[in-house]
Amino acid sequence: MSHKAHVPIGPYHPLQEEPEFYKLVVEGEKVVDVDVRIGWNHRGIEKLSESKSFDQSIFIVERICGICSSSHPIACVQAVEDIADIEVPERALYIRSIVQELERLHSHMLWVGLAGHFIGYNTVFMWGWKYREPICDIMETVTGNRQNYAMMKVGGVRRDIEKGHISYILKRLDEFTKHLDLLKGAILDDPVLHARLKGVGILTKEKAIDYAALGPTARASGVDIDVRRDHPYAAYDRVKWKVITQEAGDVFAKTVVRILEMYESVSIIRQCLDKMPAGPIDSKPKDVLPGEGIGLVEAPRGECFHYIKSDGTNSPLRHKVRAPTYMNFPTFRETVINQTVSDATIILAAIDPCYCCTERMFIVDNKDKELFGVQELIRLSQEKTLKLKEKMGVK
Amino acid sequence: MGLKERILTKSIYAFHVSSGSCNNCDIEFLDCLTPRYDIERFGIVFAASIKHADVMICTGSTNRMCVPRIKMLYELMPKPGFVVAWGACGASRGIFKDSYNTGAPLDEVIPVDIYIPGCPPKPEAIIGGFVKLIQKINETGKKTK
Amino acid sequence: MSIDAVIKKIQDNFGAKVLKIYKKNERRAYIDIYSKDVVDFTRYIFKDMGLRFNIASAVDDFNTMEILYHFSDDPSGVVISIRAVIKDKKDPHIDTITTVTKSAWWIEREMHELFGIEFDGNEDLRPLLLPDDWPRGVYPLRKSFVVPKRDSRKS
Repeated sequence: MSHKAHVPIGPYHPLQEEPEFYKLVVEGEKVVDVDVRIGWNHRGIEKLSESKSFDQSIFIVERICGICSSSHPIACVQAVEDIADIEVPERALYIRSIVQELERLHSHMLWVGLAGHFIGYNTVFMWGWKYREPICDIMETVTGNRQNYAMMKVGGVRRDIEKGHISYILKRLDEFTKHLDLLKGAILDDPVLHARLKGVGILTKEKAIDYAALGPTARASGVDIDVRRDHPYAAYDRVKWKVITQEAGDVFAKTVVRILEMYESVSIIRQCLDKMPAGPIDSKPKDVLPGEGIGLVEAPRGECFHYIKSDGTNSPLRHKVRAPTYMNFPTFRETVINQTVSDATIILAAIDPCYCCTERMFIVDNKDKELFGVQELIRLSQEKTLKLKEKMGVK
Repeated sequence: MGLKERILTKSIYAFHVSSGSCNNCDIEFLDCLTPRYDIERFGIVFAASIKHADVMICTGSTNRMCVPRIKMLYELMPKPGFVVAWGACGASRGIFKDSYNTGAPLDEVIPVDIYIPGCPPKPEAIIGGFVKLIQKINETGKKTK
Repeated sequence: MSIDAVIKKIQDNFGAKVLKIYKKNERRAYIDIYSKDVVDFTRYIFKDMGLRFNIASAVDDFNTMEILYHFSDDPSGVVISIRAVIKDKKDPHIDTITTVTKSAWWIEREMHELFGIEFDGNEDLRPLLLPDDWPRGVYPLRKSFVVPKRDSRKS
């Protein structure tokens, strides 16, 4: 007899409460269906942007998501620059790349920590977040804030990277790389993690294309797309770097993609700091002509897409924002069906949902009585890892 | 001054609620747990459930969908309990005040004791905010509302 | 495929159904079509030409409503936007493209609740973003919906 129950998946953030709205329907231990309802973070940014000037929209767009805090502004200014082919000075392009890659580093490291927490490797969580701090320090030195950098403007950037900062940045990057080597060894060579994450939550290449998945979620399934290479922007076509892809499409493949991407990011930053020419950082455009523009950027989670329509006034007529998680989230439905409840949290974490694009999931049984809470689900996931360790004879 | 309040200041159990935030504040809050800032050495621990909480930390610009939930969580919090409004959004809805989907500012939904401004507030500001909360409880002899 | 090759393929396949082509530069083009042809165009561009679906964006242009479907050809860095104009603003209807691609699952729900556009053939147009108690028939992203400015210290 199969007993269908609805299982909630708690918030991605282990400490956030509030149920709803990923309703997982469960038969025994297996997930058979997923329903989604979001809206807890809907702040009406597109409408807000229509009442602000182009310069002000950038600040709103920065606060769409805390971790993609430089991706959205770059996409937004690129959309405006696309409307009237506004020139951007070369030094500004390099600075944009540097800030983007620093953000990618701190975002992927944050992900490594949280994924570690979900499967019970709390040391990975603590170390991941501790070793993320040098990047936040660099951001604070260069931009003035650990998050929400306020660096971008139409036609360039707001602040320059001073000569004195460069040696500081390189020193902290060296520190970061050493710790990254340590974490890479600990994660990629651990047999328990191989057993725990391989074959879990597989997203096939066909499904990834059908759902138009983006970023590491797509690249881990063998879809070779990366906005930095395909639609070159900032200084990515002026430096050498590789696009990392894997074929398996499971959670382990997604982990590998993110860790190896961090190495590429460090290399890009070093090359940019080396090649950056002297010169102005702002082309000081005067007007935005009527027209339409599209800006594409590779955020840590995938492609950010901004479409702006201008009617010649100081505010956008229409500003469409599409964060990468919007396209990746529906793939969760594909990857979690026929998986066990204890894997559901790590499968969700593997698409690296932006909290604010993520809404929580909840579980009720078929009488609408709550079965499991968040902590319970994370506990189930951590228990599975422990059982695996015992089985493999690893302490 | 309540004995319960005085004892509470020795080891604060903080429960975090987000009502429509960009998650920067939430990340900075989690950052306090990590080795560089480590607020556990001050006795401040994150509570897994609102029923164990002494302090409710609210981030986010009070999305309309979240308002009933915030009220419910405040009712569930065992008293004495305090509320911290975190970040610019917690204080006054920040730049989202003109949005169609943000409700009233947080302090019109539940009584707020401490505001920690910033976008996001740095972990040092967070620790400072807790210190101010403890001082407020000890010096003013305040009881919960 | 260069942008000219992409445009030529679409033109050759659809002939008179292509109303207007605006090639903005080597990476952007906007193609106007009748709203009734949107499924055919999407099927050809997504399935036959293999372009990736970025997103669809509805625009309330005061007199008309239009939906832009953005597709990108990643190997060449080109973004093509198909513009379908819906003349009846009071009761806008257009066919759903979820029969062609699952990636439009969420965006049609969003456009339905924020603009009031009906997607014929899409059975699942439940609200995605707005609260359950949001009044029916009020579409926040339409130009007719004006949000009053508020004092930050008052609700």
